Amino acid sequence: MTYRLLYFASLADQAGCSEETVAGDASDPAVLYAELGARHGFTLTRERLRVAVNGTLVGWDHRLRSGDEIVFLPPVSGG
Amino acid sequence: MSRFLLASDPIDVAGAKRGLDHGAAGACATFEGWVRNHNDGRAVQRLDYQAYAPLAAAQGEAILAEAIAQFGLRAARAVHRTGSLQIGDMAVWVGVSADHRDAAFAACRWIIDEIKQRVPIWKNEHYADGESGWLHPDNSPVDRT
Repeated sequence: MTYRLLYFASLADQAGCSEETVAGDASDPAVLYAELGARHGFTLTRERLRVAVNGTLVGWDHRLRSGDEIVFLPPVSGG
Repeated sequence: MSRFLLASDPIDVAGAKRGLDHGAAGACATFEGWVRNHNDGRAVQRLDYQAYAPLAAAQGEAILAEAIAQFGLRAARAVHRTGSLQIGDMAVWVGVSADHRDAAFAACRWIIDEIKQRVPIWKNEHYADGESGWLHPDNSPVDRT
């Protein structure tokens, strides 16, 4: 399966890019974040993030499908 | 027209405020968030805002719809900047209209608080000492969907 990742804020800094396409067999966002975190050295723990798939907030056990757009959302600081 | 907007250019306050017009409204409250030159004891020179636009628009719209229902507003609008901002620039504008002032004041306060908690927008502060950093407040809720 392939996934499209968009990165924002400190996650983009640590990944060194704002988007990438990855191939893998991660079944849910929790597994995917663990894999990507190991590769990019993400310092935010999953407990501090929310996750969106195809523009909608989902749970960490959401079942991923090939082609999904996935965004891990760091704690926000707008306003 | 969307009630919540992201703007890469300076906020058009007059245009946004026209969206509050309503013959039954006797009160209008607005809030402006400005870029200040200090945060947490450090001198700030400028900042950048980044947004996950599709979700930010959806969440901002949901907040305004909730406010209209909860406070019985006649109208509600909000605009948040993205991109690079200087000291004194307006980063966010919130406006509401209601029949009476109690609801207008309370709703305006509630909306800006909710925007700061929920909408996927991030602030990168550039400090006078040359450092910069994305702010990821510890108090941000992580379990809301």
